[in-house]
Amino acid sequence: MKKLLIKSAMVGGKKKDILISGDRIEKIAENIAADGCQVIEADGLTALPAFVDMHVHLREPGFEYKEDIESGTRAAVAGGFSAVCCMPNTKPVTDNKYIVRYIKDRAREVDRAKVYPIAAVSVGEKGETITEMGKLKEAGAVAFSDDGRPVESAQLMRIALEYAGGFDMLVISHCEDLSLVNDGVMNEGYISTLTGLKGITRASEEVMVARDIVLAETLGARVHIAHISTKGSAQLIREAKARGVKVTCETCPHYFAATDELCRYNDANAKVNPPLREESDRLAMIEAIKDGTVDAIVTDHAPHAKHEKEGGFIGAANGISGIETSFALSYTTLVKSGEITLEKLSELMTANPASLVNVECGKLEEGALADVTLANLDEKYTIDKNKFFSKGKNTPFHGREVYGKVYYTLVDGKIKYKAV
Amino acid sequence: MKKDFLCMEGVSAETLTKLLDDAVEMKKIVLSGNKNTDILKGKTVATLFYENSTRTRCSFEDACKYLGATVTVVDVSTSSVQKGESILDTGRTIEAMGTDAIVIRHSSSWAPKYLADNVRCSVINAGDGLHAHPTQALLDLFTIREKFGKVEGLTVTIIGDVKHSRVARSNIVSLTTMGAKVRIFGPPTMIPVDAERLGCEVCSSIEDAFRGSDVIMGLRIQLERQQKGLFPSYGEYARFFGITPERMKLANKGAIAMHPGPVNRGVEFSYPLCEDECCYKDIQVTNGVATRMALLKWILED
Repeated sequence: MKKLLIKSAMVGGKKKDILISGDRIEKIAENIAADGCQVIEADGLTALPAFVDMHVHLREPGFEYKEDIESGTRAAVAGGFSAVCCMPNTKPVTDNKYIVRYIKDRAREVDRAKVYPIAAVSVGEKGETITEMGKLKEAGAVAFSDDGRPVESAQLMRIALEYAGGFDMLVISHCEDLSLVNDGVMNEGYISTLTGLKGITRASEEVMVARDIVLAETLGARVHIAHISTKGSAQLIREAKARGVKVTCETCPHYFAATDELCRYNDANAKVNPPLREESDRLAMIEAIKDGTVDAIVTDHAPHAKHEKEGGFIGAANGISGIETSFALSYTTLVKSGEITLEKLSELMTANPASLVNVECGKLEEGALADVTLANLDEKYTIDKNKFFSKGKNTPFHGREVYGKVYYTLVDGKIKYKAV
Repeated sequence: MKKDFLCMEGVSAETLTKLLDDAVEMKKIVLSGNKNTDILKGKTVATLFYENSTRTRCSFEDACKYLGATVTVVDVSTSSVQKGESILDTGRTIEAMGTDAIVIRHSSSWAPKYLADNVRCSVINAGDGLHAHPTQALLDLFTIREKFGKVEGLTVTIIGDVKHSRVARSNIVSLTTMGAKVRIFGPPTMIPVDAERLGCEVCSSIEDAFRGSDVIMGLRIQLERQQKGLFPSYGEYARFFGITPERMKLANKGAIAMHPGPVNRGVEFSYPLCEDECCYKDIQVTNGVATRMALLKWILED
């Protein structure tokens, strides 16, 4: 088998070559001889372990007009991701082993990014009875979540945390008290007052974060809080972690790279759930990332068709197509600005999420899995939604200038994306 | 002083051993051609079952008959209970007829104790709520001792809905009293809080539960628990928590599988296990009559 040689990439601050044999990194050193290898000239590019996104919506089966496994994984590798975990709010819901197997089979056929299905907590995401979690794990599910909907019943959440814990599986909680959402469509604050759009109080997220922390603490169980967006959620989780509660959490680039200012002129592409918050929340997200409260950066990649974002803010679907902008937004907002190091960002986008769902990820060392991303960190470019590989062009970041352009993504030692 | 038998707490190893020794003799009677004895001639026992039962009620009735006692079956569904008579008034009415012992089963934990505190006759608990089922534990002890010649030093692993099981609770107490090591396993939604403080160890996996066990004890999964959502389906239960001949091979050589009945075939016990020679559920039923005879004799003999 032909080996692959990455020439002159920046690896941990030094210019090195990376020799890849099969799906493993064979050697990292200066000036490795090319003899007969396929060569990637990576001068000016930085090598990173390819990213792992533990929260995306691939929409297949059921909503292929928004996205499918083919287009979604194409977008993933274009964003520098070698693996994604897809949420179960498909149609039918990913609540049985047959759909888990279908998703895995389809991903294998498409053969781009690796896809790890997350199965539903409750049958049909109806919040009534738990799914066959043991069988789902056997079929290849890596975690459980009713994402898109909260698990409203605290008793069901208790059962889920206990039962999933018996299989050593993570439950990911979409925290949202629907009674407090109360028909709101954006963050409740100055901008909602200004626009006359009905607001969603931060409390709708925070009361359920608090509930899940209490459940995890009482039961000694593990819980992962999805897409936190508020200062209050970060504080609750920070305090719980300090007490030793087994709680982890994630946030998304749009919660630390944007605010509800983007909703001021009714851009439905800025409509997302939880909603974009205010500057104080945005800064609190950065603080929570810096101090370790946030364990993972995820995209919550939520592609929608064009018509679903048209016809006004109120009726528009929630969600941002985020997998192709995640690294650049994170790098620009967090690393380029000096808030965190590149290594820390790499942990948040790769090692931490992979460890939470217990899957192997790339690592820049000899013998490790050759999932590698090569990016030009100094190149400034303008986000252009029309160049997305995702079917979902719904981004509020169209036209924004960012740094950190992905040039190559290698999955299991094979080139799955190359920028043109 | 009258004797009651309400739970396994406080019942000493000596008492249990005496009852088991007596039950050995009683079993000979049960298996003999002539079961008529006059050991409890002239005594009257009433059974008062507020919950359904086949094994326990019939075995108490048979035990009374084989011992020569008179047995009165109070049919709760056609008695004054239906008119709203309280457990206390029903019990006192039965007592007033000259009954020496009342065998009671009730869905409320501690109902037998309440009755015992308020009547002069003896009270035997035939199962109360989620609390205790001491005569089941007694027959389980007998079955184990009969098979292995001892109880002390054996490892007994109870698998299933321990949290909602009066059988498990009584067994944990009596087995521990007799020196066995008790372990439990099941879906985490069915494991009681602080189970370790009951003196038993919680196993970490189904394989771990079988390894090193001399006795595997299954518990009946009630449909009601699934309706309450504590496990997703019978199929999933069988797959991850079911007792099968293959899994029994992980246990110690000569290990047996026990079940208080009634078994949900294909759920707690696989179909092949029910027909396997390591399955002791029917032997338990025979032993239920013998041990209840020994118990009635101990309680009622002058």
